[in-house]
Amino acid sequence: MSAGIDLENVVCDFGSFRAVDHVNVSIKPGEFFSFLGPSGCGKTTILRMISGFTEPTQGVVRIGGVDVRGQRPNQRPTALIFQNLALFPLMTVAENIAFGLEVRGIDKAKRRARADELLRLVDLPGAADKYPSQLSGGQKQRVAIARALAVEPAVMLLDEPLSALDLKLRQHMRAELRAIQKRTGVTFIYITHDQGEALAMSDRVGVMSQGRIQQVADPREIYNNPVNGFVASFVGENNIFDGTVVNPAGGMASYETPLGTFRARLGELATGKGVKLFVRPEHTAISLTAAVENAVPVTISEVSFEGSFISVHGVAAGGKTLVAEIRNDGAATVPAIGSAAFMSFDPALGAILPDAETDR
Amino acid sequence: MHKLRTTLSHLYMGAFLIYLIIPLVIMAGAAFNDSKLPSIVPWRGWTLRWFHDLFQDERMWTALFNTMVVALAVAVISIIIGTASAILINSISGRIRTVIYGLMISTILIPGAVIGISTLLMWNKIGVPPGLHLSVLGQVSYIAAMVMLLVLARLQTFDGALEEAALDLGASHGQVMRRILLPHLYPAIGAGGAVAFFQSIENFNVTQFTRGGADTLTVYVFSRVRSGITPTINALALIMITITLMAAVWYELSRRRKERIMLAGMSRDED
Amino acid sequence: MQDLIRRYGAGLTGLMVLLVAFWLLMLVIIPNITLFESSFRPYLPVVEMGGPRDVYSVNNYMKVFDGSVETTILGMTFMVPVHIRTFFLTIWYSVTVTLACFVLAYPIAFYLAKIANPKSVPTLLLLLFVPLWVSEVLRAFAWWIILALKGPLNSLLLSLSLIDKPVRWITDYDAVLIGLVYTYILFMLFPIYNAISSLDTNQIEAAEDLGASRWRIHWRIVLPHSKPGIASGAVMVFMLSAGSLLVPSILGSTTSQWFTQTIQQWMNDALDWNTASAYAFLLLFLCTAFVSLVMWIFRVKLSDIAK
Repeated sequence: MSAGIDLENVVCDFGSFRAVDHVNVSIKPGEFFSFLGPSGCGKTTILRMISGFTEPTQGVVRIGGVDVRGQRPNQRPTALIFQNLALFPLMTVAENIAFGLEVRGIDKAKRRARADELLRLVDLPGAADKYPSQLSGGQKQRVAIARALAVEPAVMLLDEPLSALDLKLRQHMRAELRAIQKRTGVTFIYITHDQGEALAMSDRVGVMSQGRIQQVADPREIYNNPVNGFVASFVGENNIFDGTVVNPAGGMASYETPLGTFRARLGELATGKGVKLFVRPEHTAISLTAAVENAVPVTISEVSFEGSFISVHGVAAGGKTLVAEIRNDGAATVPAIGSAAFMSFDPALGAILPDAETDR
Repeated sequence: MHKLRTTLSHLYMGAFLIYLIIPLVIMAGAAFNDSKLPSIVPWRGWTLRWFHDLFQDERMWTALFNTMVVALAVAVISIIIGTASAILINSISGRIRTVIYGLMISTILIPGAVIGISTLLMWNKIGVPPGLHLSVLGQVSYIAAMVMLLVLARLQTFDGALEEAALDLGASHGQVMRRILLPHLYPAIGAGGAVAFFQSIENFNVTQFTRGGADTLTVYVFSRVRSGITPTINALALIMITITLMAAVWYELSRRRKERIMLAGMSRDED
Repeated sequence: MQDLIRRYGAGLTGLMVLLVAFWLLMLVIIPNITLFESSFRPYLPVVEMGGPRDVYSVNNYMKVFDGSVETTILGMTFMVPVHIRTFFLTIWYSVTVTLACFVLAYPIAFYLAKIANPKSVPTLLLLLFVPLWVSEVLRAFAWWIILALKGPLNSLLLSLSLIDKPVRWITDYDAVLIGLVYTYILFMLFPIYNAISSLDTNQIEAAEDLGASRWRIHWRIVLPHSKPGIASGAVMVFMLSAGSLLVPSILGSTTSQWFTQTIQQWMNDALDWNTASAYAFLLLFLCTAFVSLVMWIFRVKLSDIAK
């Protein structure tokens, strides 16, 4: 049992501050969808509008095709997992999980059986009679998920639930969440400011900035084909060039910069002013000759060994620093610091994009 | 539905405030009514004669003077004892702490009549006659606990390493207390002093049993209410309410000013 | 203790211990022991003190059984000793006052902690504090004015035609209860407000999201969380009410008698300090026992209360 969510032209104002600005998104039943963006971008407000704690100023919120405006949180088929989890400290784990069933008047034995079943689902058997304060961070996480699942929601809403965990546990819980989502088939809507989390777990990601949706796509598309500079920068690193577009044709264009003229892909929305060229460090190559296309002469200024890759900094004419990441395949040759080299990129992997957010 | 509930809750809050404040307004209003009985109905016209009568009343002035002396003594003694107790309690642990702390706290709950009678009996037994000095001791016996609680709360935010640092730098024990610990406690000690002062002015039960023949303001007001009431009491009430309100507003304004200065200072730091 | 000596030296530490000892011994423990001891001695003229008739007995305590009055409880009439009747009525009405304070104050505490705009809370608290700064005797006096037969309350109700002849408010224990609730309700409000303030709002939202109704949220989340605050408020209000002398003296009627008034009569009218001691001790002991019993039933510890 899972439901889709439709946000149609949703606006939410807090006084004179517009937290969410004309958002249109359609989330499919059974999808793992993430809203990704910096703090204050309006993603939590979207979550609160879906769960019913906040009402939209304009627009329609539909859950499973039903307009849910005016319904209280306890009337909606959603379950919210709070950032701080909000486990009830005076109830045991089993009571926490069964709380949603208790309020529905289900008898004690059935509640307990369901709690035990859910504890097995989240891989936490034997914790039923403990209190939340006796659990570790990861275990509390699982209890919160089980408590939300107990009411058999059509949609699970997760508000950065992993942010309090340490790095190792966070990575483990990512896989766990993904697995639970696949096992239950419930629609998951996940809020995060961590692009790694969003890209690793989601079927689709909506990138937000200043109350507006910048791009909705699957993780690969978001990373490889960002629609604008904000998305490109938020989901990864970039070498950014300032310049002007000349003779665009067939999705490609030349781009004049003080460091020379490059050829690169022309983004759909890259029209008018405020357009820049974005190239990811891992798409930037190092060579000793200028024979390749889109090459910039640099002096190598810094080499740092990162394990799976090697990060190389080069200073181009005018003092601009470019970064290239070379995959560490065991045989990679790295130029010495102070030596001269060329940094270049494949025209298909450089993108000319609007500078920052785009109005859509 | 949700809107209605919120509106109702605002209304209830408003009604509650009116319930708390209206009796005081009525009492104050009666001070200006030219009627021998203290009331606002029937209204017989404005007068200031009850204030005039009040200022002629020498018993009131004596009671006021006594009240101030007692309150000051109670505040000073309670601050000293309460602060010492807080420091002591903060540094012990285990069962003995539980027992002593429990004993200290329980003094707040002992009925005033019991405190009054027991204080009177004990000091009488060792030859000390009743009087306001016994009222002071009786009041201190529970007001010190209130000061202790305030100071203890402040003490728990104190970093003991500061004292060790001072000792390490060669400070004497007296200097550690005077320069490091007490300055940290001053806000709580100040608040404790104010609480003690007002509690003492308020006190009736303990004073009633220990005072001997002397009057304090509360006892005086009580005896006037019991016997022949004229609105002079309302005039006195109005003056007392005005003074305490002014003190409260002044305190609140200075608190807000301090807050603003701090906020301004913080935003300057960020620039 | 070692730590104290290390920090402040033996002199200062000794002084602090002396101060605390003076407080607890001279102002609390020994006076109460004296009270206890005196309560078993007879009331004698000064010359006979220490004489052959000055022996310990429980006679003073037995005086509560003197002089019975007819009392009707649940339609049945009993002969009950007058002082015992006074004592039980004092306890009973103190419990009533405590419950009334809780019922009236809990919504306000919740409102201040969770509903009101946080910016206006300091101002609201300031306004709520106003009556606390006004002396108890004046607060009782204010109600004496309001509830008078020809007072403002009756004239208001008459002019609104809600009643057709003045109501006698100061009768039996009615005015005493009204006065006690007004005087002590803030001692209930502030501890509950503090307790609810410390409740994470997410807890309430989580319960709501899981489908709980308003009532159930209060019953299962807010009330259990604020139990220590409620307990401390209830203990304060109960003890203050049972120990109050001013309010029952000012707002009492000819048919109302508070136990503290009985004690005062032994003390100041009969000048029998020993019987007064016995009654005072009874008040202290039985109130403490009652509070302990209630705390035990609700599983609250003293350390929860003194927060």
